[in-house]
Amino acid sequence: MAAPATISAPPNRGAQSFLKRLRGGDEVAHLIVLVFAAAVFIVTILLVWELWRTSQLSRHQFGLSFLWTSIWDPNSDIYGALPFIYGTIVTSTVALLIAVPLGVGAAIFLSEMAPPASSNVFTFLVELLAAVPSVIFGLLAIFTLVPLMRNVIGPALSKSFGFLPIFKGPSYGVGVLTAGLILAIMTFPYIISISREALLSVPREQREAALALGATKWEATWDAVVPWARLGILGSIFLSLARALGETMAVTMVIGNDPKIHASLLASGYTIAAVIANEFTEATGDLYLSSLIELGLVLFLITIVINGLARLLIVATTGPGTKK
Amino acid sequence: MTAHLRWRKFLNGTMLGLTGACTIITVSMLFLILGYLIWNGGKSLNLAFFTKLPLSPGETGGGMANAILGSFQIIAIATIIGVPVGFLAGVYLSEFGGSAFPFLVRYAADLLNGVPSIVIGIVAWALVVVPMHHFSALAGGIALSLMLIPITVRTTEQFLHEVPQSLREGALALGASKWRMVATVVIPAATAGVLTGVILGVARIAGETAPLLFTALNNQFWSAGLDEPTASLPVMIYTHAISPYEDWHRQAWAAGLVLIALVLIANVAARLILSRGASTQRG
Repeated sequence: MAAPATISAPPNRGAQSFLKRLRGGDEVAHLIVLVFAAAVFIVTILLVWELWRTSQLSRHQFGLSFLWTSIWDPNSDIYGALPFIYGTIVTSTVALLIAVPLGVGAAIFLSEMAPPASSNVFTFLVELLAAVPSVIFGLLAIFTLVPLMRNVIGPALSKSFGFLPIFKGPSYGVGVLTAGLILAIMTFPYIISISREALLSVPREQREAALALGATKWEATWDAVVPWARLGILGSIFLSLARALGETMAVTMVIGNDPKIHASLLASGYTIAAVIANEFTEATGDLYLSSLIELGLVLFLITIVINGLARLLIVATTGPGTKK
Repeated sequence: MTAHLRWRKFLNGTMLGLTGACTIITVSMLFLILGYLIWNGGKSLNLAFFTKLPLSPGETGGGMANAILGSFQIIAIATIIGVPVGFLAGVYLSEFGGSAFPFLVRYAADLLNGVPSIVIGIVAWALVVVPMHHFSALAGGIALSLMLIPITVRTTEQFLHEVPQSLREGALALGASKWRMVATVVIPAATAGVLTGVILGVARIAGETAPLLFTALNNQFWSAGLDEPTASLPVMIYTHAISPYEDWHRQAWAAGLVLIALVLIANVAARLILSRGASTQRG
């Protein structure tokens, strides 16, 4: 509290002009911060505008059919987004199918079961996991998960569930399922930390009332606490979905980079972010480059919508005070 | 009835046990990742890594000194641009805003925060690389600053908001003008929190690879200046990990260990600053 000491010279005499000067200072300060706030706004507008402008060639050439064309052939200058949109959605779906049960389960344990001290430690560890850079996940996946998929998990899946089209065919290690697995590990920290916050904001009375009625601990949690926090949990799922859709490096390193749609999850695939990462610097020709940028625009629009939904849901549960 | 009760108790025990298992699985991932990195990276790390340039494919030895320097250059550029812009915009949102425009700025910051990193790369390429006609550390730094700005805006706003209203009123009652109140009372009181947010933000962009792929590109040699293609640790990890060369994999592990060490140290330091700041505020 040493700070207020620096406020000296309260205006006494000649106060009028002094006050005016200070008010002038206020306006200057206001103007300066306003300029920087406006800069943030303008940069965001500029970002959208640049994506729109630089993808113009491709938008004019292919129109909306860009979205459902499944040919990606740089040699004949024909570009369609479908294989990448498909790959992006399938990898993210696989990731969520794994990450949601794990993440919500862990969030329930951390908010309802664990003693507060150890809950905080675990949450800190989980948040550290969220800080691990994407390229490191990719590095580890190449040398651990890919061989594991090729030699153990892949053959086992196609042996036991090979009658299902999604587990048919040989496993090369890289592929859609591998990418989904690594995305699951990258997204559950978000599910855990936000769902835990939503669960912790459930009033104590909810738990006590259920327990007093004779519910077991699990029944109180599942029937009284979780429904109360469901919007926040849903928000955390949307947020991690947005992360998974836009995730680039780890996916690029393990998905196999094949711009074709295969029914099998063991086969190679491609995502929007991965194709941009791989082909952008090598793109020869304006239409090629413009198509890649239009893919970026598509990805941008999808993530914006999902992020918006996530934020609405999280605000609805944890209240405007925490996450405005 | 007793059978039903037994079933409920069984369900209770099973489900609680399952949630515990979920926690153990998720937390153990961190230790698996760290352990494997330390094991492989530790074997590969040596003095040459910090002092030598990368060798051409197939040769054994060399290091990533240029990428370490490059990463620091790019992060420094991003910080120099991103932190002041984000901080002052955050001050505006918390202290000076009206109602309509702050909503737009807040919305823009959230939108920017949600933009996938690869898209940030495209935009920085269009804004910086195309007019300059070549890849550069500057373009990489600007790309990363676009990611740092929204993080800084929101943490600044959040921690300034948490400064008690009575402090502001006290300063105003002593005759301070608004900007003196903000500069000498509100901001100092929120320093620990803002610093934490900035450190976490910088740690996050330090590991970003996608925005650098076509802005800073990569470089096997020392970069001649900020307007030249520049190597960075994350991009080096990527190119080395996907290469077919055994010795490049070794270098990738070493780089991975160095990068994760920097990121985790920053994260732990940020927490320490926050907890110390909180306790001095209370004391």
